[in-house]
Amino acid sequence: MAVRFDEVQVGTELPAQSFPVTRATLVQYAGASGDFNPIHWNEKFALEVGLPDVIAHGMFTMAEAARVVTDWVGDPAAVVEYGVRFTKPVVVPNDGVGATIEVTAKVAALLEDNRVRVDLVASSAGQKVLGMARAVVRLS
Amino acid sequence: MPLDPSFIGRTYPPTEPYEVGREKIREFAAAIGDANPAYTDAEAAKALGHPDVIAPPTFPFMLSFRAAAQVVNDPELGLDYSRVVHGDQKFAYTRPVRAGDRLSVTVSIDAIKSLAGNDVLTVRGEVEDASGEHVVTSIMTLVARAADEAGEE
Repeated sequence: MAVRFDEVQVGTELPAQSFPVTRATLVQYAGASGDFNPIHWNEKFALEVGLPDVIAHGMFTMAEAARVVTDWVGDPAAVVEYGVRFTKPVVVPNDGVGATIEVTAKVAALLEDNRVRVDLVASSAGQKVLGMARAVVRLS
Repeated sequence: MPLDPSFIGRTYPPTEPYEVGREKIREFAAAIGDANPAYTDAEAAKALGHPDVIAPPTFPFMLSFRAAAQVVNDPELGLDYSRVVHGDQKFAYTRPVRAGDRLSVTVSIDAIKSLAGNDVLTVRGEVEDASGEHVVTSIMTLVARAADEAGEE
């Protein structure tokens, strides 16, 4: 069920979502993406390079944030632009619980050709982890 | 030593084609926990007007990152990859990546800046299909942190 351009306005909120992240999530993402940087799975290595603990792949966080947009529009092909800045790491402790990435988003601008700009906010442990997180989406 | 700004505008040869498999898309979608049927069910993708299953929006990063190895490992550029972090990432799509695509990536260095002693390198990857049609542009900023005061440089 597609979102129609005439149904949204500046300020329209997309349904917010929370995404759990455990060490197992990161190992699975490492395998699927081919990014085996040890800061994402090796605590000893992460500490040695000055990180507080193992951290999530930035691209994993970017992928989770995108789901708030693609779940809203239905057809992922509606996303015509998507960009983020990686401002803070998502720290994933090995405590059986892990971390949570909370994502909210709202329509920030109405553009030509039934497109809208969606601004996203992603945070973990109370800190914003992405900056300038924006998607341009073509609605029907 | 700061990176040589004369590398701005340098373009590297296109990569060998990467063939996008349905099962690779399924594996990637599972890894990000995304159950959107357009990624796994060809009929659902067709109902949306796609010829086959499509890939999630961040999937093309795998290709553009591999292609960027040409820049990262260019001995003439001399980037110290052990100091590099991913600063930001942008995608601009002509169409989604889909199963069966044979994609090649042409990377260029768009910018080299020095900010607070850090080298900031902007690498653009143009992803094209086998017929040479544009699929997606991936722009990543790599930040090479300055050598710290521990006397490593």
